[in-house]
Amino acid sequence: MILLTPTDWQALMLSARVAGLATLLALPFGFLVACLLSYGRFRGKALLEGVVNLPLVLPPVVVGYLLLLALGDAGLGPLLDRLGVRLLFTWYAAVLAALVVGFPLLVRSIRIGLEAIDPQLLLVSSSLGAGRFDTLCNVVLPLSRRSLLAGASLMFARSLGEFGATIMVAGNIPGLTQTIPLAIYDYGSAPGGERLALGLCLASIALSLLVLLFSEKLARGRREVNS
Amino acid sequence: MNLFVSVEKRLGNFSLAAEFASESGSLGLFGPSGSGKSTLFNLLAGTTRPDCGTIRLGDRLLFSSSTRTCLPPQQRRIGLVFQQGMLFPHLSVRENLLFGFQRLPGRERAIDPDRVIGVLGLEELLARKAPELSGGERQRVALGRALLCNPKLLLLDEPLSALDDCLKGQIVPFLQAVRREFGTPYLLISHSLQELRLLTDEVLLIERGVLTGRSHPEEIARQSLGSSLGYLNLVEARDLRRQDGLWSFAWGEQTLTLVDDTPEAGGAYSLSSKDILLCREHPLAISARNLLHCRVVRLFRYQGQVGVELDCGGGRNLISQVVEQAVRELELQVGQKVYALFKANAFKRVY
Repeated sequence: MILLTPTDWQALMLSARVAGLATLLALPFGFLVACLLSYGRFRGKALLEGVVNLPLVLPPVVVGYLLLLALGDAGLGPLLDRLGVRLLFTWYAAVLAALVVGFPLLVRSIRIGLEAIDPQLLLVSSSLGAGRFDTLCNVVLPLSRRSLLAGASLMFARSLGEFGATIMVAGNIPGLTQTIPLAIYDYGSAPGGERLALGLCLASIALSLLVLLFSEKLARGRREVNS
Repeated sequence: MNLFVSVEKRLGNFSLAAEFASESGSLGLFGPSGSGKSTLFNLLAGTTRPDCGTIRLGDRLLFSSSTRTCLPPQQRRIGLVFQQGMLFPHLSVRENLLFGFQRLPGRERAIDPDRVIGVLGLEELLARKAPELSGGERQRVALGRALLCNPKLLLLDEPLSALDDCLKGQIVPFLQAVRREFGTPYLLISHSLQELRLLTDEVLLIERGVLTGRSHPEEIARQSLGSSLGYLNLVEARDLRRQDGLWSFAWGEQTLTLVDDTPEAGGAYSLSSKDILLCREHPLAISARNLLHCRVVRLFRYQGQVGVELDCGGGRNLISQVVEQAVRELELQVGQKVYALFKANAFKRVY
């Protein structure tokens, strides 16, 4: 019988919390950045696109190290200290790591949805007197709900598995910053931890499946409304 | 409408140069695909910026390169209707209709939604979602939606071309009703001469990015004498009577007979100039069910064919086409009395 220890439960809950919060925080920004990249015409668009997509191709450890530098003493550290904010090696840092690593996936998904919207619909909207923001809220947003959902589940799933960047900025403190992958890593590298690691693996599979089923159900519900 | 356009636009290899002014309430833009119709549409709608020139609608300057004015689409007060309707799929018909209306300031809301719903026959559709509608219904909703914004001009980009012939015919009376009831001027872009004849008073011709002329749609239709279909006479049939399996109706001072197997006969029918025979003497026994007394009012020639315009009385004219040899043998000339013959099944329903 495979049982989860209390620390495993903590890791599980923390993972869900980190992934959920990162996804929620990323959604509005992801939507805006996707709109900018899809509809915007401005200088430096290619650069923005590159920066957004960079974490997708960089090793997560590199992203984590860069975040560590940015939030450390040479970066924003002193400012955060003065504000009384402690980020590094707390679970907030894990959220930040998940956010940066998952963000490009979210933006990509939303962009696929945005590009499927007929540009003539947007033209009709403005010819009917709706300004850009109005069109964005009342036409683009409702029409990209499905891609937002798809992007969110993708990002949530990716965040659940975040390892490299998280271990760099949040550390691996059981009960505090230890998420599922970090816990599995711990078990895997300690003698006799195979069974415990397997338990967490199964829990992780269950959680991911749950997310998948949930988003499928929502998407199907919407399809039925539409058809 | 008081529309003045003088614009130039270069897009890759294609360049458009158009200059025209029009006060017509129903203007057509006619040209083959790739002639620049859509580019002109985009310049007027405000999605494409002309390289230089001026666009003025009424007393409002929409674009001017000299004063660096370029109003965005939402400030142009131009209603758009596309080939595919382009209804917002997430909204109901009612919400689609009122989308622009709700964004108008109170004093601009000159057109009553209930009247539009009535004229366009949308009462039954209001609660439905856009994807549940047929093509023709979608176009009616799109038209109503644009109209409710109280636009200074309606831009109709091939609004009928995605519909099959039967549906097309059903939309034409609605467009005519819109012109009659609300007086909103429109510019109809089309490659169908038939549509332009039914819906516009004046037509601009465009070819390879250049306006090549403007004329009455009737004039352009007469040039189709040489085409395989010939010139199509449009005949309005009202108050039909059933007689021996045929339909008869009064047309000016004479009576016409036609075959129509659809349950509801009546509306507009086309009659090709090629189907009308001319006779000097009264033929005694003929199979054709229509025999009209007419007078020749005009002879015109196009690509080896002779068009004979006939006055059939009561202000009704028909155009027949014959070859030069027939003109000589029948000694056709203006003022000549002739008989026009055509079969009851020569009529094709337009709508």
